[in-house]
Amino acid sequence: MKTWATLRVALALSAATFASASYAEITNAELSATTCFMCHGPEGKYVGASIPPLAGYPEKVMIQQLKDFKNGKRASTVMQRHMKGYSDEEIEALALYFSKLKP
Amino acid sequence: MKLMNRRNLIKAMIATGTVGSMTSALSGCSLPVDEDAKPKVIVVGGGFGGATCAKYLKRFDDKLDVTLIEPKESYMTCPGSNWYLAGLVEKEYITHDYRKLQDKHGVAVIHDKVTDINARKQTVTLSDGSELSYDRLVVSPGIDFRFDAIEGYSADVIEQIPHAYQAGPQTDILYRQIREMKQGGTFIMSAPANPFRCPPGPYERVSMIADYFKKHNPTAKIIVLDAKSKFSKQGLFMEGWQELYGSMIEWFGEHDGGAVTKVEADSKTVHCDLDTFTADVLNIIPPQQAGKIAFDAGLVDESGWCPVNQETFESMIHRGIHVIGDAAIAGKMPKSGHSAASQAKMCAAAIVSQMHNWAMPRPKNVNTCYSLVGADYGISVAAVYHMQDGKIVGIEGAGGVSPHGATLQFRKMEATYANGWYKNITADIWDT
Repeated sequence: MKTWATLRVALALSAATFASASYAEITNAELSATTCFMCHGPEGKYVGASIPPLAGYPEKVMIQQLKDFKNGKRASTVMQRHMKGYSDEEIEALALYFSKLKP
Repeated sequence: MKLMNRRNLIKAMIATGTVGSMTSALSGCSLPVDEDAKPKVIVVGGGFGGATCAKYLKRFDDKLDVTLIEPKESYMTCPGSNWYLAGLVEKEYITHDYRKLQDKHGVAVIHDKVTDINARKQTVTLSDGSELSYDRLVVSPGIDFRFDAIEGYSADVIEQIPHAYQAGPQTDILYRQIREMKQGGTFIMSAPANPFRCPPGPYERVSMIADYFKKHNPTAKIIVLDAKSKFSKQGLFMEGWQELYGSMIEWFGEHDGGAVTKVEADSKTVHCDLDTFTADVLNIIPPQQAGKIAFDAGLVDESGWCPVNQETFESMIHRGIHVIGDAAIAGKMPKSGHSAASQAKMCAAAIVSQMHNWAMPRPKNVNTCYSLVGADYGISVAAVYHMQDGKIVGIEGAGGVSPHGATLQFRKMEATYANGWYKNITADIWDT
C-alpha cells in the first residue's frame, strides 16, 4: 500500500521539476486509474478474477493496446467503447501510472 | 499496513535532498493539515458508494479520521443477487463485510443507524442518541421505495410479495418462492418508471429466473408488466430471451397498458390498463426515491433525489455534506453500483483536494454494467463521462451496448467478464 503514495510523490516530483506543481496532488491519471480498478482489480492487482490485472503492465505495450482498442485494430468486447472516451494523452498517462504499480 | 503519512514524506524528501525546485512550491502552498488536527469525515451508508468513499478517503489521505456508519455487519450486494436467484452463485459470494476497511485501511466502522443529521451543527446522531461531529459528511443512502405509488402495495405486504430490490432477506424470500412455485405456474414482475436503481436489473432478474425455470419448471410463464415503454439493453435482452428461452418471457410496456396501478396482495392479482393478471409468484419493484435519511436531512429536492455539484458531489442544499450513489442526481450517470463507486472516488478526491488546497482533479468518470441473460450469456453497457456546463454528460462516440447478433462465444466472454467485474469491484471496495 505504500506504492501509491511513493509513486504519486515520484510522479509529482518529476512533474514539479518542469512545472513547480504543488506536491502530491491527486492527478487525473491516478484518479482515472482508480476507476479502471473496478474491473481490472484493486490497485491493478490480480485477485483471482477473469479480467486482466494491470499493475506493472509494460507502459509501451499498454499504450499500443489501448490505442488499438480505440481505433478498432484490436478486437474487444467492451474496451473499444471505453477507450473512445479517452484522448491519446490520457491513454499515455494511464499507461505510465499502471506501469509503476507493483503487481 | 500503514501508509506513509504526508508529513513524513515531506521530511524524507527534504532529508534526502530530492526536493530541489519543490521547496519554493511547498512554502507557497497550503501544507497538509496541522500535526495534531485530524479532519473528521463521516460516511453514512456502507454500500458501493459509501464503502468505496471511506476507503478512498484514506487512500488519498491516510491522516484523515474517517468513520463509516452502516447498520449491517454483512452486506449482500444487489449486483449478483439475480445470479443467486438463478442458483448460479452461493449467497456467500455476494455477501461482504467491513473487516478489511477497518483493520487494513484504518476506517472506523460503526454498525448503527443514523437517526438524524444536523447540517448546521455538523453532527450526526446514532440510534442510541450519541452524537458524532464531522468536518465533512458523505451520505450514500441508496434508495427508498415510494409505497404510495401502487395501490395495495405497501411495506406491510413485502413478505408475501417481495420487491427484492434491496438485497438481503427480501432476496431470500423471492429465492424461496421461485423454488416453491407450482409446475407451469406464472411469475409476474412489475418494473418501475425511471429513474430507478440499476436500469437493467429487472430484466436481468427475469432472465435469471427463466434460466432457473428452464431447468426446473420448463412450462412456467414469466410476464413483465412495465411502467416504461422501453428499457436498458432492451434489444439485447429480447434477442437473448428468444435465443435461450423461446416464448417463456412476455413483456408489456407502458404503451401496451402494462403499468401496474393496483395490487391485491392476498390473491397476488395485479391490475393495469392492459388486463388483470393473477400470479403464482409476484415481484413488485416499486418506483423509488432517495434513501430516507436524505429526506430527513433535507438533502432532497422536489424530484425525490438529491441535487449536488456534479464535480464534487457536494449538496446544493447543505454545504459540507456530499451525496453520492443512487440518491444523487448525477447528470447522465445511471443509478448503478459501478456509478456509485466511481462517484465515490471522485468525491473522495474532491474532499481531500479541497482540504489540502490542491488543484481539483478533473478526470473522466465511468460506468460499466454487465448483465447475465443466461449463465454463459452476458451483455454490457458502458459509458465514459465528462463535465460539461456543470453537468456529467456522456462523451459522444464512446460507450454503448454490446453488439447485436454477436456470436455465442462473444456472449460467453462477456458472461465471464461479468463475473470478473463482480469479483474485482467487490475486492476494490470490501474484500482487499
